[in-house]
Amino acid sequence: MNILESLKYFIPELVLLGGAFFVLGVDLFIKSKRTIGLLSLFVLVLTAALLKAPAQPLPLFYGMFQLDAFAHFFRYFALAAVAFTLLMAYSYAPLKGPYEGEFYGLFLFMAFALILVAGANNLLMIFLSVEFVSMISYLLVGFLKKDAKSKEAAIKYLLFGSMASAVMLYGMSLLYGASGSLALPAVGNALFFAPFKTLAHVSVLFFFVGLGFKISMAPFHMWAPDVYEGAPTPVTAFLTVAPKALGFAVFMRVLAMVFTPSWAHWSVLLTALSILTMTLGNLTALSQNNIKRFLAYSSIAQAGYILMGLAVFSDLGRQGVLVYLLAYLFTNLGAFAVVTLIGEQTGSEDLAAYAGLSQRSPMAAAFLTVFLVSLAGIPPLAGFIGKYYVFAAAIQAKFITLTVVAAVNSVIAAYYYFRIVRLMYLVPASGPALAPAPRPLFITLGLMFAGVLLLGLFPAFFLGLIWR
Amino acid sequence: METLELFVRIGIYTLMALVLVFALGVVTLRNLFHCALCLAAVLIGTAMLYVGLRADFLAAVQILIYVGAVMTLVIFVIMLTEHLGEKSIRQNNRQSPAAVISLSGIVVLLAALLLRTPWPVTDKALQAKASVMALGKALMGTYAFPFEVISVILIACLIGAIAIAKKDLPGEDVS
Repeated sequence: MNILESLKYFIPELVLLGGAFFVLGVDLFIKSKRTIGLLSLFVLVLTAALLKAPAQPLPLFYGMFQLDAFAHFFRYFALAAVAFTLLMAYSYAPLKGPYEGEFYGLFLFMAFALILVAGANNLLMIFLSVEFVSMISYLLVGFLKKDAKSKEAAIKYLLFGSMASAVMLYGMSLLYGASGSLALPAVGNALFFAPFKTLAHVSVLFFFVGLGFKISMAPFHMWAPDVYEGAPTPVTAFLTVAPKALGFAVFMRVLAMVFTPSWAHWSVLLTALSILTMTLGNLTALSQNNIKRFLAYSSIAQAGYILMGLAVFSDLGRQGVLVYLLAYLFTNLGAFAVVTLIGEQTGSEDLAAYAGLSQRSPMAAAFLTVFLVSLAGIPPLAGFIGKYYVFAAAIQAKFITLTVVAAVNSVIAAYYYFRIVRLMYLVPASGPALAPAPRPLFITLGLMFAGVLLLGLFPAFFLGLIWR
Repeated sequence: METLELFVRIGIYTLMALVLVFALGVVTLRNLFHCALCLAAVLIGTAMLYVGLRADFLAAVQILIYVGAVMTLVIFVIMLTEHLGEKSIRQNNRQSPAAVISLSGIVVLLAALLLRTPWPVTDKALQAKASVMALGKALMGTYAFPFEVISVILIACLIGAIAIAKKDLPGEDVS
């Protein structure tokens, strides 16, 4: 489809991009940064309202942006993740300063970048959009100038990230050399022939490195705890959800379009990596004393469960990944909203600050309990639905070892999630009662709670939306 | 004709070897300034390889941007930063031997792969010459979308980089 024809399907994204520039421009003249934040939220809502489901897959801009049901789902996902993060950041004190407006503007660019990732159907666009997301992530991680940890996290993230991208780029160069084309379908067709089998086996490994880094898959997860700990808490919340989810999206697209013929080859490897990721994440999470590091390892373990769906790669597996990601969006953003709240009010990110939270702030304790129970995958909450589908997919495809290991891991995970619940309810409080949550944070918590509960209670409604 | 081809071949391989030697220099030399000079040599060498592969425009751009602008900037930064140019910095640590061994393993495996793969090299592809005009048309046609996306990426990164690198003015510390 040529450019002029494509533009009319690309209006929401153009509004988003225009909105980003508008917000940055207005920021120069308006003193009240709260207005800028509200304006950014309005841009996101407006974009979401303009999104229209494509009747059939549309290869926009000569196939550079593939607008299909898959990309459409992730467009909503990206906008929602950015909007909730902005709500969470709205009352986050460390970000208050002369650059608050730029923070919101960068998040709008981030939303645009995530949407590009969702629609990338071409090696060039995959590289560009993934790098776009990474670049802005590095900037956002290092946004707290006076915080040495934040800067260290940004540098670490940048160094590891560039390395992973370079490796993936080399894999892409192999694919381009073999097929002479950048478009994923054409690359897939070329790799179908026997002489290129070895090449396909090797180049899929390069994608494992590049995209595995993004989704914090072991053994490319070592950046995650430090980065998640150092970044401003709302940014951490965002990083554990959106770039990861979109990493899974592009991973699924690449595997489906290019590497389906060598499924038997990479499925074994992905199963092993899935087991490694969840075990490593869970075992390390057991001994954490900082809540952000704790949730970082927990999010690595969650990536392991999601990888189950990818390793199986049946229809059910792929649908399971989408459901899991949606459940994970609500649950993890919710948990981090509580961490933001407690971090703001006690000035501490240690687990010790959560002792007796039920007496100091019953509401925060109740919310965090719900989110942790959902992370543990206990019905009737969202996390259970996600786990249910990836487990079902693994059993249906007879991946018995994977299922057993994942089940054992879930039990370990339940232990450490409940350790925090115990800490909040059964250990006596060490400080005075906390003030109620600021309104934007309270709204975020409420929305995430509603999402977790509704997805858990009425999964059919959400599944209908996702699997259309 | 045969001898000419042989000479070209030898020349190209020598050039590649030189680029590799200088690249090794970038990651092993102890003086930052020497590293930067090696990097400049690597970039010039790559540009010459591009000429050999008939990508004249790419070679020109490479020289102009990387050697002309980026390297000059890097060298400026090294010279302006206090004594960074004279210090000797270790570029290896305890893990270096392990890294070298595993990397050589990967290089061997990749070499085997590259030699075994029947790359679809056709005469047409060999004779193809990317003219600047064709390049411009592609950038404004098929590749207009990524081209525009790159400009958005650059401006977003620029704004973000300024926001985190700029010194706070005394008056606007906390709003």
